[in-house]
Amino acid sequence: MIENKANEGRKIVIISIIVLVGIIFATRLFYIQVINDKYVLSANNNVLRYITQYPARGLVYDRTGELIVFNEAAYDLMVVPKLVKTIDTFQFCRLIGIDKDDFIRKMKKAKGYSYHKASIFEDQISKESYGYIEEKLYKYPGFWVQPRTLRKYPIPSAAHLLGYIGEVSPMEIEANPYYAMGDYIGKSGIEKAYESELGGKKGLKISMVDVFNREKGSYQQGAYDTLPIPGNDLYISLDIELQAYGEKLMQNKKGSIVAIEPSTGEILALISSPTYDPNLLIGRIRSKNYSELYNDSLKPLFNRALLAMYSPGSTFKTVEAPIALQEGVVTPQTTFSCGGVDATPIKCSHNHYSPLNLIEAIEQSCNPYYWNVFRKIIENRKYANTREAYVNWKRYVNSFNLGLTFNSDLNIERGGNVPNPEYYDKYFGKGQWRSMTIRSLSIGQGELLVTPLQLCNVAAIIANRGYYYTPHLVRSISRNKQFEEKKYEKKYTLVEPRNFDPVVEGMYRAYSGSHGTARRYQMDTIMMCGKTGTVQNPHGENHSLFIAFAPKDNPKIAIAVVVENGGYGNTYGTPIATLMIAKYLLREFERPPYEEDLFNASLISRY
Amino acid sequence: MNAKPNIFQNLDWRMISLYLLLVFFGWISIYSAVYDENHQSIFDMSQSYGKQMVWIATSLFLALVIILTDFKFFSTFSFPIYFFLLIILIAVLIFGKEISGSKSWFQIGSVSLQPAEFAKFATNLAVAKYLSTLNVNFHQFKSVGKILLILLLPSGLILLQNDTGSAIVYVAFIFVFYREGMPGAILIIGLVSVVLFLMTLLLNQIVVVIILFVICVLLVVFMKRNLQNLVILFGMFLIMSVFVFSVDYAFDNALEAHHRTRINVLLGKETDLKGAGYNVNQSLIAIGSGGLSGKGFLNGTQTKYNFVPEQSTDFIFCTVGEEWGFIGSIVVVALFVALIIRIVIVAERQRSKFNRIYGYGVASIIFFHFTLNIAMTLGLFPVIGIPLPFFSYGGSSLWSFTILLFIFIKLDSYRLNML
Repeated sequence: MIENKANEGRKIVIISIIVLVGIIFATRLFYIQVINDKYVLSANNNVLRYITQYPARGLVYDRTGELIVFNEAAYDLMVVPKLVKTIDTFQFCRLIGIDKDDFIRKMKKAKGYSYHKASIFEDQISKESYGYIEEKLYKYPGFWVQPRTLRKYPIPSAAHLLGYIGEVSPMEIEANPYYAMGDYIGKSGIEKAYESELGGKKGLKISMVDVFNREKGSYQQGAYDTLPIPGNDLYISLDIELQAYGEKLMQNKKGSIVAIEPSTGEILALISSPTYDPNLLIGRIRSKNYSELYNDSLKPLFNRALLAMYSPGSTFKTVEAPIALQEGVVTPQTTFSCGGVDATPIKCSHNHYSPLNLIEAIEQSCNPYYWNVFRKIIENRKYANTREAYVNWKRYVNSFNLGLTFNSDLNIERGGNVPNPEYYDKYFGKGQWRSMTIRSLSIGQGELLVTPLQLCNVAAIIANRGYYYTPHLVRSISRNKQFEEKKYEKKYTLVEPRNFDPVVEGMYRAYSGSHGTARRYQMDTIMMCGKTGTVQNPHGENHSLFIAFAPKDNPKIAIAVVVENGGYGNTYGTPIATLMIAKYLLREFERPPYEEDLFNASLISRY
Repeated sequence: MNAKPNIFQNLDWRMISLYLLLVFFGWISIYSAVYDENHQSIFDMSQSYGKQMVWIATSLFLALVIILTDFKFFSTFSFPIYFFLLIILIAVLIFGKEISGSKSWFQIGSVSLQPAEFAKFATNLAVAKYLSTLNVNFHQFKSVGKILLILLLPSGLILLQNDTGSAIVYVAFIFVFYREGMPGAILIIGLVSVVLFLMTLLLNQIVVVIILFVICVLLVVFMKRNLQNLVILFGMFLIMSVFVFSVDYAFDNALEAHHRTRINVLLGKETDLKGAGYNVNQSLIAIGSGGLSGKGFLNGTQTKYNFVPEQSTDFIFCTVGEEWGFIGSIVVVALFVALIIRIVIVAERQRSKFNRIYGYGVASIIFFHFTLNIAMTLGLFPVIGIPLPFFSYGGSSLWSFTILLFIFIKLDSYRLNML
């Protein structure tokens, strides 16, 4: 009994140790559960998967309501490098259909972007392989398949204009943090210009996974999930049938056709030749095809309608005449004599009677006449000197939107060139230049440069007798079935409407007059107005240019055609423009024999 | 105070209540830890929670049997039970079934039993029996030798089964011996050894020896400088230095690679989140993400979706931490501390030395399991396979802890009838 009590005090030591352990545990628990919040994050990283729900991109319809761009399902194989466990690489590569070097390269790329965020491992797997891969994928944690949409073009036309979509670049992500690696974005054309409309808004689905990355249902019954908002549909002014027809006419030729509805500024067709099938730049084939197109010596990716700059040549006479009339330096009845091929300082390339009045000089495209008109403008005594007169002339020319960009919805364009007086000051010396020095401007040569779009807009201005609407492509945007019309304001030139009438008459006579430059292609059913241009250039044969509109009164279409190295304006320009107008206004018409010749004509040997 | 005629009125219901609370909390934690949408019923026998229910029911039956057994049976048959278990431990080495690297299971039908679990209460009986005999004390070399032998036999056999966790449990008896008169210095030496061991692994061994030397110099300055003290001090310094160097040697040569890695990970010398550190890291994430009040019953994700390994057995505390948060964890820790202290208090009120020693053994074994298991899940101790008493899934463990505890409850109920 005594011995029993001997060490009784030791129970205090033992109970103290027990309590101490309890306190240590409580402290430790308090630290990791209440103070330190890194474990909550780690737990979320373990179990939560943030899956982007991609919205369907907006569709595109043409002016006749034809669906021209739609979506098709595709599947991307995604990877989060951090979650990838040691796997049988050989088996995996066989499943995906890649080799080991590909695997290492793709893995490196994904890791280079982020260890924790998803990126595309293999893009756009076909529907067939998708089913097969999906079944086996559970063996490879860190990988999953993300459904996507691809663009499809039922009519393989208008590639430049529609543009294409592609994976966002790191630069684009930096510019707009809405985008994440693996998203798609419009890269050119209206896909780029209307990205904010077409792109829609991404949704987010938070789901829970177990340690084997198997999905275990949605997080908090989807309380934090958001649905993707589909992109808005675009109704564009393009006439896809006209576009395709124009592309066919331009095949095997370099150049461009632009057609505009003058009363609205809506672009009906915008052709850059050579073109390509827009279906080449979608899916996994894109990068291969892109580099092939990029390296093509004919530069099919280059949008000539908006970016190529040409001298307008004789088509520029239609701008010069109304300016001269407005300035009062000539009247429609004013005549100048023409010395034909021996004329100085500018010879005439057309064989015609002399003298001609202003209207006849447009009908027959007399160069010396317009040299005289230009001289009258520049040597007008109203102005103190040549420079001042030139500045005034340039102001007029600029009001036709030449030398300026439109800032339209076409995403890219160039403004052409109307030289500043400073340019001549520098080139010839201040006060050292006269109308004689810059005479090539009178026939639309020299430093004067325009794009096919600007040229077409000139035709639209004449068709409207003095005003235009900014050429544009999108007529309306459909937001939740609500159409929003795009409004554009009317823009006036500095020339009064009445001063366009003689020009219209001259252009009408180019088709209908007995000496008209376009008379060979006159059509009985349509009152067409046109003006040829034969543009000398340092790249060999002349460029063939033509601008036109029809019908003469209340015009429905204005057009500009450029065929590089095509020779005379009426060799290619006139017949192509004529057929385009007929196609648009009549749809069905008796095909003239030269249509087939144009389809078959190839100028490739000249490039 | 007189013994009441009805045996159930003599039982210590506080211990029994704490036991029942822990067992119940354990059961619903297992349910939550491996919860499966396809098997929603907690009584589903195809799932471990359904099976655990059967283990609980049979445990209660075992408890009843023990209560109805004559109290003298346990002290009388201490050694026969102990030797019987030793034979079983040998048998399992020969006929046993190997499960995840440990050859420590008997397969009987669809039920697996682990003899190492039952060896605990058997050894406790033997220790109590031997220590309570007259003339045994800690100053006799012969006595100490026999006590160590009683512990080393089962411990060694279990080690042969490659079940380190169950073997290490016998260290728990140091508390029993301390209470029964073992020199207090040994407990201190034990604690100092652990500290030195960890320091040696964490720091360079030379640094540790330098620290020891500085401490000795300070002691010399402040202590009475007689020859005896200086000799003792010098001797201790020498012993500790040798210990430090031998730990380093043992660590590099004696320990198995996976133990070395686990210790290194724990000490923060290695960060291998996919290998040995994975368990501890996931365990911390599960508990840590519970926050103050937890994610709620069945709402845990880390355990349910298998991020935490062994979530229904050794890491069952993770489910408590994740779903019931800091509050729930504290409650469980408090329940254990309360039960262990209650056992100690009840042990102290025993008039029979056998009863008291047995009671201390129960407290020590439960305390040791509790400490090592929770410390492991909280990243304070290397991962070794050791269950949380009453909580962890498993029939052998629950049966053995029930038997261990209820023998004591039975013994205690007769404390007033004795002599």
